[in-house]
Amino acid sequence: MSRKIVRIAVPVLVLLFLYVPILILALYSFTDATQIGAIRSFTLKNYVTLFSTEELRSMIVGTILLALGAALLATILGTLGAIGSFYSRKRTSSAIATVNQIPVINADVVTGFSLCILLVVVFGVSKDSYIPLVVGHVTLCAPFVYLSVIPKLKQMDSSLYEAAMDLGATPAQALFRVVIPQILGGMVSGFSLAVTLSLDDYFIATYTKPATFDTISTYVVNATRGSQTDIKTALWALSTLIFVLVIVIVGVMNFNSGRAQKKEAEKA
Amino acid sequence: MRFSRKTLGIPYAVFLLLFVVAPLLVLFYYAFTNGKGEFTLQNLTDFFTDPNTLGTLAYSLAIAAVTTAVCLLIAYPVAYILATSKLKAKSVIIMIFVMPMWINFSLRITALKEILTLVEGNLARYPFLNSVIGMTYDFLPFMILPIYNTIVKLDGSLTEAARDLGANDRMAFLRVTLPLSLPGIISGISMVFLPAMTNYVVLDMLYNSTYIMGSLISSYFAAFNWHGGSMIALVLLGIICLFTLLSDSGDEKTARTGGALL
Amino acid sequence: MENNQNIIELKHISRTFEDGFRAVSDFNLEVKRGEFVTFLGPSGCGKTTTLRMIAGFDMPTEGEILLNGQDISKLPPNKRPINTVFQRYALFPHMNIFENIAFGLKLKKMPREEIKKKVKKVLELVDLEGFEKRSVSTLSGGQQQRVAIARALVNEPEILLLDEPLGALDLKMRKEMQIELKAMHDELGITFIYVTHDQEEALTMSDKIVVMSEGKIQQIGTPEDIYNEPQNAFVADFIGESNIFNGIMTGTMQARFAGGHFQCVDDVPEGTQITAVVRPEDIELTAPEQGQIRGKVISVIFKGIHYEITVQSGRYEVVIQSTKSAEVGSVVGMKVEPDGIHIMIAENNTNVFPVDMNRNHRLEFNGTELDTSLTQLIKGSRRNEEHELLDENGEVIDPEKIHIIASIEPQDIRMTDDVDDEQVLIEGTISNLIYKGDHYSYVINTDLGQDFIVDDEYLWNMDDRVGLILPLDKMRFQVKK
Repeated sequence: MSRKIVRIAVPVLVLLFLYVPILILALYSFTDATQIGAIRSFTLKNYVTLFSTEELRSMIVGTILLALGAALLATILGTLGAIGSFYSRKRTSSAIATVNQIPVINADVVTGFSLCILLVVVFGVSKDSYIPLVVGHVTLCAPFVYLSVIPKLKQMDSSLYEAAMDLGATPAQALFRVVIPQILGGMVSGFSLAVTLSLDDYFIATYTKPATFDTISTYVVNATRGSQTDIKTALWALSTLIFVLVIVIVGVMNFNSGRAQKKEAEKA
Repeated sequence: MRFSRKTLGIPYAVFLLLFVVAPLLVLFYYAFTNGKGEFTLQNLTDFFTDPNTLGTLAYSLAIAAVTTAVCLLIAYPVAYILATSKLKAKSVIIMIFVMPMWINFSLRITALKEILTLVEGNLARYPFLNSVIGMTYDFLPFMILPIYNTIVKLDGSLTEAARDLGANDRMAFLRVTLPLSLPGIISGISMVFLPAMTNYVVLDMLYNSTYIMGSLISSYFAAFNWHGGSMIALVLLGIICLFTLLSDSGDEKTARTGGALL
Repeated sequence: MENNQNIIELKHISRTFEDGFRAVSDFNLEVKRGEFVTFLGPSGCGKTTTLRMIAGFDMPTEGEILLNGQDISKLPPNKRPINTVFQRYALFPHMNIFENIAFGLKLKKMPREEIKKKVKKVLELVDLEGFEKRSVSTLSGGQQQRVAIARALVNEPEILLLDEPLGALDLKMRKEMQIELKAMHDELGITFIYVTHDQEEALTMSDKIVVMSEGKIQQIGTPEDIYNEPQNAFVADFIGESNIFNGIMTGTMQARFAGGHFQCVDDVPEGTQITAVVRPEDIELTAPEQGQIRGKVISVIFKGIHYEITVQSGRYEVVIQSTKSAEVGSVVGMKVEPDGIHIMIAENNTNVFPVDMNRNHRLEFNGTELDTSLTQLIKGSRRNEEHELLDENGEVIDPEKIHIIASIEPQDIRMTDDVDDEQVLIEGTISNLIYKGDHYSYVINTDLGQDFIVDDEYLWNMDDRVGLILPLDKMRFQVKK
């Protein structure tokens, strides 16, 4: 009996630890309170501020554009890299795989700092050109795309490419009509991983971003130091919106995979 | 020239050389030179003689170790209970535990800060405790997921076999499940320990104070001291390499003992 | 008519891989239009590599491939009018059956209506009418196989290559498909080149069989030729069951082997060393005194249609297939009609290999000095005070300039599994074995790359690691000019 209670209590307590702060903040985002405490009245003013303040709006849009752009570049580079390395000699491909691991295990502080030194200090590239920032985020993301595409290539029947050529496809046609569709799943999951990594990044952005540009992370970190309470509470609204968005995405994903599983089961 | 699939890898290989290998080489160069471009070990000796930097190193190791231990102590039971539960929807439930990872960490820490402030008042009064709470809050999902994935893939008949051979529940867990879930534990530890040493922003946000390794880089950066900063980055890199080698060899070992067990 | 024309010719084709492995060497073949040719051999014999070179997935390192007289060996696969049915079908999983089959036609920019018509027709040919919309994963192995064949055939190739296409099917399905493939071949008149390791499949389906082993052609012939007149012990052993004996010709169409005298039909000069092949079904069990040889029955196994009886006759083991059983332990006679014996002139199995003269002016092989007299070997030579070897003119012999060849008979080499034994001259792996009645004949791939043939009465396993002991008194040396 007591075992049963433990089996339920432990996960529930941990869930509370993870979610209570987010949920409380969500609740207070609909009030006019400037800190957690007594609730006086409910209002949507935080949401209005969030969408009407130019600074906040451009920061959110900038973060999203950066994430999508960097993820797209990372997906192209990482996928090409994975295909190239998969079909190369063992020594070449293991060299690429090893270097690919470096940004994955390295601390982001070190990655950001070293890129900043190379590009800004050594080569004198201006941070205002956005080049260091984009390069930094692609460096952060591409290795993960590579890692999600490689297993798909390994799973693929190696004679598919040859079969396409055999049926008259040129190498480029074989690549686009047969290989790419086979690894598309890996590319998509690599892309979404890249988007989340870019959205969540703080360190690489701080060391490489233009002074006038902010991502959500760098903006929020600076805002906690500041004293502008209306900005601070508008960020609560942002947090709540992101939370809802994540729930929706996870829900849709679950629903889809559940349906796919059901279909599979019906087939079998 | 005939088109070859191998050539597709060239852009990425060049990219890796330019933006992964080259920055590390530059880091080495800067760490062992001074402002005039002369070779020097000054930055190295500075690091290991300055009580300030050494203290920071010790402090961040302590925070990382305690955070990792706390995460492991919380995550293992949760992962084990979920992985061994008979619920059909356990993949959905694990998703709920992992979901916070997708909310921007700075926003989550903001939320945590508000709650902690409500409970404690001035957060700077218990810096160590709050650091550990903040990091645990941030990194816990990274520990739960790999452990859950390892346990859920274990063949259920293994514990049944152990029971069949006369082991009680506790023995079956200690002798079979725990050793076989070691790879998940190791990958969880490596996903928590290293960020906990370097993610100074969490502390910065919680109580405006930053005394861990990552923050040293930031302060040298702020002072435009590339050489000192490079040395700190290099020391961090050394710790990361050491840690990766240790966890890799640990992985192999567990794989081997796991094999022997089967 | 066109029928006598060679559609494809392979001339001196060799393929050496980057790691030095020679998968195919000096392969020569002519295939006539409309023929059904099968490459038959054990795995690793080079048959798939040869097929891949015809398809264009692999390039020969030497030689040329002529299609209708034109060299195509440098042409990429998409430019060759040749299509392949792959071992595991290689159907595109993201396309349905129609899209799979139409793949090649769409690349040719054929009008959509025509594509539809052709796909429909080819699906009828493989008995899968109406399967256009189905996805690949809903098909059984046999159906996927048919789609793979349809996908290749719809392009109307001049040659259809089939790489062990039935390997993944179960026995019953395989038999059915064998018949269907043969029927399809007869109906379409397309040249088929088929790869298999299944001798029965090869014998049933082919017009011409190419037996391969270790990258080399062992024999080319009709199924009847291959079965009845194997050209060497490998083919005899690989195709069907055989008793293989070493022997000698004792007179006109007279041979002695397996401890008996036999009449045969092959006219080979008296005194020639031979290898005799006798199929188990060609041996008749008789009363002990009526047979050409006699022996004691050591095992009897019922095989459904016949009994497989093993008889020990002196030091030889003879396998017999008979519809009548025999009692284990009984003494029986064995009789073979002249046309049941196939005589092959024995392959010269003498191992020949180069040895070096080292700086000390001693013979050396694989790092070991051989204690043999060089002064006797090299006519007119002598040693001076420094033990250097002088030639007949009194000049010091340069070790680089002298080439010495050693030879040893297979039965004189001993094998040991103790590779650290100091008598061991060279190590290697067993890559082939053939039972020859009273001993096994092994091929050892040595670490030097040279193959040694070793006769041994005991059974060793394929891929065993063995050390070879070459007794010095059994070795012969010869100076090569």
